[in-house]
Amino acid sequence: MDLIRRLFTAALVAGVLSGTAASVVQQATTVPLILEAEKYEVVTPPPSTAASAPAGGHADGHQHGPVREIGEGVPTTLDEAVQRIGLTIAANLITGVAYALLLGAAILLAGRPVDARRGLVWGMGGFVAVSLAPSFGLAPELPGMAGAELELRQLWWLSAAAGAGVGMLALAFARNRLVIAVTLLAAALPHLIGAPHPESAEGAVPPELAARFVAASLGGAALFWAILGSVCGWLMSGLVGASESRPALRVQPGVR
Amino acid sequence: MTTHSIKTAGSAARSAAQTAVAAFAAILLGSFLLYGVGFAQPQQIHDAAHDARHSFAFPCH
Repeated sequence: MDLIRRLFTAALVAGVLSGTAASVVQQATTVPLILEAEKYEVVTPPPSTAASAPAGGHADGHQHGPVREIGEGVPTTLDEAVQRIGLTIAANLITGVAYALLLGAAILLAGRPVDARRGLVWGMGGFVAVSLAPSFGLAPELPGMAGAELELRQLWWLSAAAGAGVGMLALAFARNRLVIAVTLLAAALPHLIGAPHPESAEGAVPPELAARFVAASLGGAALFWAILGSVCGWLMSGLVGASESRPALRVQPGVR
Repeated sequence: MTTHSIKTAGSAARSAAQTAVAAFAAILLGSFLLYGVGFAQPQQIHDAAHDARHSFAFPCH
């Protein structure tokens, strides 16, 4: 029970710190681009969709989700702006805690000693798994950009992230070469199959905005993961590799 | 170094079940939270997490 409490505490602190940092960076980088992009967002479904799926029940490649009105969601009053920023911060904190729980579980299962520095390496692994690998096929997208069916993209995103995560864990910890080969194949498979893209890539968002958004999203995620991993490693340093061997672990940083 | 390894192995074996339970609990809660914040489609959840989803590059719309 003590182990669970300490693991969850470490994840909570790491998640809140990284989520807070991400919130600050986002308000300065990605969120202004999202608000700008929403001005260009599709107002009605493309004509082809409207013609082929009048009832809206048939999902096809041009589905853009719920029909939105121009400027819907763009805050017009101070209250709306505060509420929108507050909800985004809350979502960031939850994202941080969720990823920290998963990373903490992986650190615990790996059973190797960690500290803040090794935690940073773990964090960079997390960044590669859930930010870089999915973005290799599905670039971070702004509202109003053309995209394939949502469920397909979510499935592909999960496959790419899980594959990359398992592949890196196998590279780091597996002894069996067959296991490493199979997991690396699993990591490559989503990319070999290819990410789902719309038939015509003609979104309403200017490409310059989209390009800036991709860089801002990945950069912010890298910072988020660096903080998340470092704090996780730091707070879990007495937790993994057995508490009895603490003195021996303390020696190691000095030796390097 | 040898004593360190032995001690580590000994106490790791002692807490193997605890470790598995703690890791499983963390994975369960982490996945649940991640699903809610990144993937769940009910309109209100989607709208609340909208900017965070885009910023973290979850497929959103």
